[in-house]
Amino acid sequence: MSRLCELTMHEARARIEQGGCDPRELLRDVLDQIERLNPLLHAYIAVDRRRLEAALDARLRQGPRGRLFGIPVTVKDNLCVQDEETACGSRILAGFRPPYHATAIDRLLQEGAVIIPRANMDEFAFGSSTETSYFGPTKNPWDPARVPGGSSGGSATAVAADLALGALGTDTGGSIRQPASFCGVVGLKPTYGRVSRYGLIAFASSLDQIGPITKDVTDCALLLSVIAGHDPKDSTSAPVDVPDYVGRLSAPIRGFRIGVPNLPKEGLDEQVGRAIEEATQVFQRLGCSTVPVDLPHIGSSIATYYVVAVAEASSNLARYDGVQYGYRATEPGYPRGFVWRSQTCGGGRRECREPGGERPPTHTLSLLDMYERTRDEGFGAEAKRRIILGTYVLSRGYYDAYYLQGMKVRTLIKRDFDEAFQRCDAVVLPTSPTPAFRLGEKLDDPLQMYLSDIYTISANLAGVPAISIPCGSSREGLPIGMQLVAAPFGEEALLRAAFAYEQATEWHHQTPAIKGSDPVGQSHGS
Amino acid sequence: MVYEPVIGLEVHVQLATHSKLFCGCPTKFGGLPNAQTCPVCLGLPGALPVLNQQAFEWGIKTALAFDCQVAEVMKFDRKQYFYPDLPKNFQISQYDRPLAKAGHLDIAANGTTKRIGITRVHMEEDAGKLLHDPKEPASYVDFNRTGVPLLEIVSEPDLRSPDEAYQYLVELKAVLEYLDVSTCNMEEGSLRCDANISLRPAGASEFGSKVEIKNLNSFKYVRAALTFEMGRQARALDAQQRVAQETRLWDLKSEATESMRSKEGASDYRYFPEPDLVPFVIGRTVVESITRALPELPAQRSRRFADAYGLSAYDAHVLTEHRRLADLFEQAVASYRRPKPVANWLMGDLRAYGNARGKEPEEVQVEPAWLVHLLEAIDQGTISGKMAKDLFVDMLDQQQDPRQLIEQRGLKQIVDDGALDRLADEVLAAHQQSVEDYRKGKMNALMFLVGKCMERSKGKANPTQVTEILKRKLS
Repeated sequence: MSRLCELTMHEARARIEQGGCDPRELLRDVLDQIERLNPLLHAYIAVDRRRLEAALDARLRQGPRGRLFGIPVTVKDNLCVQDEETACGSRILAGFRPPYHATAIDRLLQEGAVIIPRANMDEFAFGSSTETSYFGPTKNPWDPARVPGGSSGGSATAVAADLALGALGTDTGGSIRQPASFCGVVGLKPTYGRVSRYGLIAFASSLDQIGPITKDVTDCALLLSVIAGHDPKDSTSAPVDVPDYVGRLSAPIRGFRIGVPNLPKEGLDEQVGRAIEEATQVFQRLGCSTVPVDLPHIGSSIATYYVVAVAEASSNLARYDGVQYGYRATEPGYPRGFVWRSQTCGGGRRECREPGGERPPTHTLSLLDMYERTRDEGFGAEAKRRIILGTYVLSRGYYDAYYLQGMKVRTLIKRDFDEAFQRCDAVVLPTSPTPAFRLGEKLDDPLQMYLSDIYTISANLAGVPAISIPCGSSREGLPIGMQLVAAPFGEEALLRAAFAYEQATEWHHQTPAIKGSDPVGQSHGS
Repeated sequence: MVYEPVIGLEVHVQLATHSKLFCGCPTKFGGLPNAQTCPVCLGLPGALPVLNQQAFEWGIKTALAFDCQVAEVMKFDRKQYFYPDLPKNFQISQYDRPLAKAGHLDIAANGTTKRIGITRVHMEEDAGKLLHDPKEPASYVDFNRTGVPLLEIVSEPDLRSPDEAYQYLVELKAVLEYLDVSTCNMEEGSLRCDANISLRPAGASEFGSKVEIKNLNSFKYVRAALTFEMGRQARALDAQQRVAQETRLWDLKSEATESMRSKEGASDYRYFPEPDLVPFVIGRTVVESITRALPELPAQRSRRFADAYGLSAYDAHVLTEHRRLADLFEQAVASYRRPKPVANWLMGDLRAYGNARGKEPEEVQVEPAWLVHLLEAIDQGTISGKMAKDLFVDMLDQQQDPRQLIEQRGLKQIVDDGALDRLADEVLAAHQQSVEDYRKGKMNALMFLVGKCMERSKGKANPTQVTEILKRKLS
């Protein structure tokens, strides 16, 4: 292998443990790759080379030598890293430095990982293309004219282009799996409750999960085994033991039953359809049986998702009001404290009265003005769309028709999966109906954008784990991803099936040409 | 026209747990602004709530004390509105499935008891405090109070006068004090009350339009504001005017309520289930064990006082309405066997002393032993009843044992001949052998009898006088 940055995490781990690789050299090579490719791909919002090198030096002097010792791992911009700017791809959180680590970050650090923060993302994870980031879009390393998928597009691009050895993303409706499939890497959304959400800046609390995006299935198992497990700081995290995912990878899958659902084919690219059929045949050759399964309510999943997810999002995003942290609309001369005029404070005697009964200075903003302008200037169009939608579906008179109804359909979708898993060990699905689409292609057509998550969303609604692995290549040379879905806490089965498939195929060895080429030349070609 | 007020009260009780409802921050009152905060109670991005077990149990304990039905499932909801004292811009509260429902509290009313229904008891987090700088047009937020556990106790509209409302609050507070779940300090905001009142023609069964009154920082203000509202609404109704359904604030200076906001376009809080806190089943064994551990409550104690100490029902009720007063009574009668005078002093003089100084009787600092010593001094004739009244006030003012005060003021010795005469007679009657010994010429016997008199008077008799009296009686 020519360069250190091209190593998988488990290869790097073996080399470092055997003394064949200095973590400083590994980080330097990754940083060189970032300097070379990030200006084009924009996988990272910002990278501070000296800060990262200094942090590694400090860790080498004293720090845990765990399972990820010295391995550069990037994390999505919605995972709190203490004292590092964490902005969720949004202007409204610009400059916010959390005073604490997310639990998943803590666990990476305890294993000795080198964290590269700020992988780009759709604003508040609202999107499937990483185009809604306030800091600009990320480009697909296979074709920079195309999107990397989203919302964890920065994480997937970084892994695919060797800008990190592994990554954490988050998945609310497919935000790990879809970019993994668009970028030709492995992405896993764990069971809801498998990984602590503490420190994950919430989009939709009942759907969000943190998961790994990696170069292969072994790395995926390694990273999951580090971040999984109960956390007393997250009431929704499950007190379920974490199996030895890495050690169990090569356990045989002979006799596995692969469920093949009869799905609506509308909008499904025939190349993707064929790749999934071929992948199913690979499983048969590996000694698995295939069984037809019925998921009758999956057709309602997008509608259900866009009720439940936006309702929770509208509530979770209410806190971005300019009072405590992040962006605040303000007038010159008043950088501190919010200021409001008495007449707009909602009446009563709780408002600030002007000294001596003077008229308020004209440069002060009323509380309401401050709220409105902060949120108007701080949120992008997609965030506003979802806040308004979510506020609407929770409003009196509409709650029963939308939110309550959505929760009922959600129960039906969950039941579909429960019944399917009576008959099979994993369901096989496309990850996305198409390979990566072009930048700007769907940005102005939200419905088309939402439809690109049709195969991933139901796993979130049902709370079940799902993995995306490379399983093909389109005529344009773009990667195609296959999704496997298992019963709750069935990550081990998913990883074993994915590993067996990976061993039997070559798709994971395909890499984007840009990694080794002159990025300037490549950008001219696109 | 004669109107009948229909009153319901919403009481917010801060639970005195060490830590907040959803994080480990301390709940102590009066800390430096924002010193008692963390990512969770500041609502920082990514932080998540975890329910405080103690608050949960105290909530159940309180609900059980009001004979409520405890819910089968503990579920929280988000109540959403924008305000700078609410860092998440939603409050974690309970909406359609409160912690408990359908309880009651029996209160004293018109010489009998009246049962006031309790609609619901639910748990929620407190908001922060806004501080307004009078010198500049700016406001600041203190989040120390944010996330302190609150119980909201909502009564049925069963109260029919401001006095009943006052009495309900007094007795509700008594229950909370007995449970030891709250400091119940209104000045520090650990007990807060909003009142709802409507008027209807006496005898009518339909309710009139309801006005909510806020900013009621003491029980007395609740009574005063309700009385004011009754007059205001009656005047409006007499003038054929509609009473607007609205929220009004009690203004301390003008002693009047003022319109705060109209409720016509009632705000929509967009409640929905809190996804960060998974609903859980409230185990019946938990409820049973909390029920078994319930302390004696005011009503039970009142009955016991009447039975065990022979007090009238009224006296027993008044004494047990304030936990400290009742404790004081029991401590005093443990060493002084006549309950009635103890009760009289506590209910009469102690309350009067408190009233004159704007204090609730239980806020007056007094040691049970002081009360006992005062009563003994009266019984022994050291001081008269009149002197005792003055001494009582001095004792509380100077925070001193009355025995010391008696000594300091030379009230100590018994100089009254009649009292010494009786004392001598008692001693002589009790020690016939010594009397005979003295008559046989044993002078030591006289010294023995003097000693006995001194002992019996607890040293307050004048020994010279006693010797003279004994000599006279023995001769």
